[in-house]
Amino acid sequence: MDSTVYVDNNATTAVAPEVVEAMLPFFHEHWGNPSSMHAFGGNVKRHIDDARDKVAALLGAAHPSEIIFTSCGSESNNMAIRGTVDAMGGHPHVITTRVEHAAVLGPCHHLEDRGYRLTTLEVDGRGGLDLDKVREASASGKKTVASVMWANNETGVIFPVETVGGLVKEGGGLFHTDAVQVAGKLPIAVQGMPVDLLSISGHKLHAPKGVGALYVRRGTKITPHILGGHQERGRRAGTENVPYIVGLGKACELAMRRMETDAANERRLRDRLEAGILATCKGARVNGDSANRLPNTSNISFEFVEGEAILLMLDDVGICASTGSACASGSLEPSHVLRAMDVPRSMIHGSIRFSLGRYNTDKDVDYVLEQMPRIIDRLRELSPFV
Amino acid sequence: MWEYTDKVTDHFRNPRNVGAVEHPDGDGLAGSLACGDALRLTFRLDAEGRIAEAKFQTFGCASAIASSSALTEMLIGKTIEEAERITNADIIAYLGELPKQKVHCSVMGREALEAAIYNYRTGKTLDRKLDGEVVCHCFGATDKEIERIAREQKLVSAEAVTHACKAGGGCGQCIPEIEAIIGRILAEARPAAETKPRLTQLQKIRMIEETIDREVRPILRRDGGDLELHDVDGDHVVVKFVGACTSCPVSSVTLKDVVETQLREAVSADLVVEAV
Repeated sequence: MDSTVYVDNNATTAVAPEVVEAMLPFFHEHWGNPSSMHAFGGNVKRHIDDARDKVAALLGAAHPSEIIFTSCGSESNNMAIRGTVDAMGGHPHVITTRVEHAAVLGPCHHLEDRGYRLTTLEVDGRGGLDLDKVREASASGKKTVASVMWANNETGVIFPVETVGGLVKEGGGLFHTDAVQVAGKLPIAVQGMPVDLLSISGHKLHAPKGVGALYVRRGTKITPHILGGHQERGRRAGTENVPYIVGLGKACELAMRRMETDAANERRLRDRLEAGILATCKGARVNGDSANRLPNTSNISFEFVEGEAILLMLDDVGICASTGSACASGSLEPSHVLRAMDVPRSMIHGSIRFSLGRYNTDKDVDYVLEQMPRIIDRLRELSPFV
Repeated sequence: MWEYTDKVTDHFRNPRNVGAVEHPDGDGLAGSLACGDALRLTFRLDAEGRIAEAKFQTFGCASAIASSSALTEMLIGKTIEEAERITNADIIAYLGELPKQKVHCSVMGREALEAAIYNYRTGKTLDRKLDGEVVCHCFGATDKEIERIAREQKLVSAEAVTHACKAGGGCGQCIPEIEAIIGRILAEARPAAETKPRLTQLQKIRMIEETIDREVRPILRRDGGDLELHDVDGDHVVVKFVGACTSCPVSSVTLKDVVETQLREAVSADLVVEAV
């Protein structure tokens, strides 16, 4: 095998060739500043508007003005939480879950450190939420900002955001959802949903790294975190990252067109891969509610072997995946998502996430299925627990 | 991705001496499934009392496997007394280098070796966990264990303890307790320093330079800072901060709490340090 088999699409995706092509003119031809009075710059503005239309269309937003371009999903999440809490004033109650991405947990804990009340909702063994707890937390009688992800990046488990958002809105709160893993994989129709803010990231849907967007429903008060410019209607100052914004627009257009085909292909490949691994590797089990998952994600634990060792052996044969093992992160704590689900620590240390994407083929799955049992057997031979 | 040396990668990809020795003379286990790494070490002695065969079984990451493999290579041919002198630092040296967050892999090697030698001498299984009060509940580390590791490896911060044995690396609740243990060890060292013989000015300057190189600079460099010795006049030491320290708002605290404390401890309690 002389090429790479990339099954780590929840980490990042390849930039689509169509996206690269759409971006290139904005480096060497249309490089003007969209805020300029002259036509050379001013003409660039309509390309940003065009991209905004495409993002709004993918998300099903009522107005393109509800889309704010940001630098990444993390910025979108930070802006959504900190911006609405600040604009609301009076120390609102902040609600989130234990399994959010660090870019949501980070700002939530930051607020908690500054004296805000934070409720962090637990999940069950399959990664699901207890809706009664959501109702209880949302009805605290205080102003509330809740941030609950749509789908989990590690397990792919989908939260019922429509219901969760409804409960938060019933309690009078604002609702943000991190939809970074959802955009391009599941249909989104935000206008009709009880969602005030929604984050997406470009590089998870075949746009480049360095661009994201935040949907902010009309009428939602939000304090900008970058001041000093009229860009993005004064909600995020700074000269627009034109080529990347154009790229995100193109990626959203492609996602609209291809979502059904891509998702069906990813689901078929993921199911084949998962069934194959469970059949050939001893002591393997799937983490998370497998009936209620993103079509592309499979998180599998292998008993008595450690994830970093598996990853490095996969890497040696050109396969790219991820692990929830502590040893592969900078810290000593294994995946907070799997711990929240009470997966035994020994199984977390041996967890591998495979995430399929648009460009994966049956040949890729065949190759992973050929390599995995050999690697697991090899590491089992080394293990004192077998 | 970690930066592993070629030797670590080699020992991970081609581990030596995998398995368990049949009818071993010594058999020791360190770590656990819950902690994410564990090592079982077995060895057999020849007629002259030298280790003829040493084998390992490891559940863990690449550096845990490499550390275990290296340990078995180091053990073969040694007497028990020679083997006993192998430290975790020797395992790291054998492998070239380990990322600091992976130092605990080499400590696990040393612990499995201790357990195997204990088993050889007593026929019993070493149960270190029962010794002392549990301080770190995430990784089951006791106060005695932390103290032993801190003393052996001359650790001066809770972070260094975490890298060496994981204690404090989970929820972090026990970090103040770990700091207190280190504080006690450091406090013991102080009275001894006061009885040092009177130094000549030349000896004093040399010792100050050595202490700065050995104790102070590694601490500052962790944060991208550094310092130089500018002048020594009697007990008056003048240093110059460089790098990140020059713009650091708490460099005056560092000067007193780190530089002066270390120099007073190692050289003379009469020293006064200031920065230019």
